[in-house]
Amino acid sequence: MSEKQSLWKIFTAGIIRENPVLRLVLGCCSALAVTTTVSGALGMGLSMTFVLVCSNIVISALRKAIPDKVHLPCYIVIIATFVTVVQMVLEAYAQDLYDSLGVFLALIVVNCIILGRAEMFACKHTVVESAVDGVGMGLGYIITMLLMSSVREIIGNGSWMGITIIPESVDRMGIMNQAPGGFFVFGCLMALCVFIEKKTNHPIERKTCGEVMLDEIDAAKSEGGDQA
Amino acid sequence: MNNLAVFATIFFNLILVNNYVLVQFLGICPFLGVSKKVDSSTGMGLAVIFVMVIATAVTFPLQIFLLDAYDLGYMQTVVFILVIAVLVQLIEITLKKYVPALYTALGVYLPLITTNCCVLGVTILAVQDYSDIVAEQGFGLAYAEALICAAGAGVGFLVAMLLFCGVRQRVESSNPPESFKGLPITLVSAAITSMSFMGFGGLVENIINALV
Repeated sequence: MSEKQSLWKIFTAGIIRENPVLRLVLGCCSALAVTTTVSGALGMGLSMTFVLVCSNIVISALRKAIPDKVHLPCYIVIIATFVTVVQMVLEAYAQDLYDSLGVFLALIVVNCIILGRAEMFACKHTVVESAVDGVGMGLGYIITMLLMSSVREIIGNGSWMGITIIPESVDRMGIMNQAPGGFFVFGCLMALCVFIEKKTNHPIERKTCGEVMLDEIDAAKSEGGDQA
Repeated sequence: MNNLAVFATIFFNLILVNNYVLVQFLGICPFLGVSKKVDSSTGMGLAVIFVMVIATAVTFPLQIFLLDAYDLGYMQTVVFILVIAVLVQLIEITLKKYVPALYTALGVYLPLITTNCCVLGVTILAVQDYSDIVAEQGFGLAYAEALICAAGAGVGFLVAMLLFCGVRQRVESSNPPESFKGLPITLVSAAITSMSFMGFGGLVENIINALV
């Protein structure tokens, strides 16, 4: 990445070009788990954006102060602090949302979007750039979450944001609200994304964090093999 | 129900009914990535079981005797993630020094597990679900149940990984529509695998009740 990347470009990157969920395939756990209702997805998206922006700012501000060897624990503590802030605010002012997000609110700490952006972006860029990147990525996450949860809530529950859209006489497809529906909608959305990429001639290779793990495992194994 | 039946119910429920990966969406990242290879999935699954049980063994008493006792519940997230990070490092060093055989088998996977959401998830959920029992039935029983829960969650992870590994090999040799190639078809097949796990709902309690 060039030094003088315009802020606008950084901002829009998160929304489409480097959409965290559909293109970078980061943070799938929460994207699958809390998208049963639109309001839950929105709450999760906003909490995530807050943590992302704040941790990006702090990490980029401290990027010269954090020693390389212990950078991961430092990042985790910074992120966990902001997650705790979000938890306390939500518990005080939005008890329903806090209950519906449940454990996934705390799990923002280990969400790969935030750690990934800290490693890929915030530790190399200025505070302003990192903040803009955080907002862009957060918006991209929110948009994807809204898309997924709209599909799931409308088909699974016949409503959108709690407002009934499909008349009661039509049967609901309850499975959309359960685990299989999450995987299914996510897969179909991603296929749609690939389809659009092909049409507009911008294909990319998707690499989940799991595949990065697999590469690391393979590398470590072949290294071990060489020594033996 | 006697204690053993309760333990068995918790354990098998987490493997079949409330599987961490397929039903509760914890640990999707390694599930989608590492399940490409059988040997890596096995290693990863074993390492996850190992770390989950040890992490719960440490965080559960910590929550009861430190955080709850001194009204520090809000520090849970920070404390747990730090404890897990330190613990994984400690396990790695200890294994390297004293149990080299286990280290060669699991060493590669340990650093990857630190920031895995299923480990933090199981410690938080165990506290959420079993800390009430401490007041009613004493710490020992609650602690045992929390540990069983961690073990069940870990085994459930391993089972899901291995099963999906098989599904994946079939999927890879198939010929899906162009746009579905790769990750999208993997996700759709995960949906079907997850659907098959839904069929186990209520099964575990009924079997155990019938046996006891």
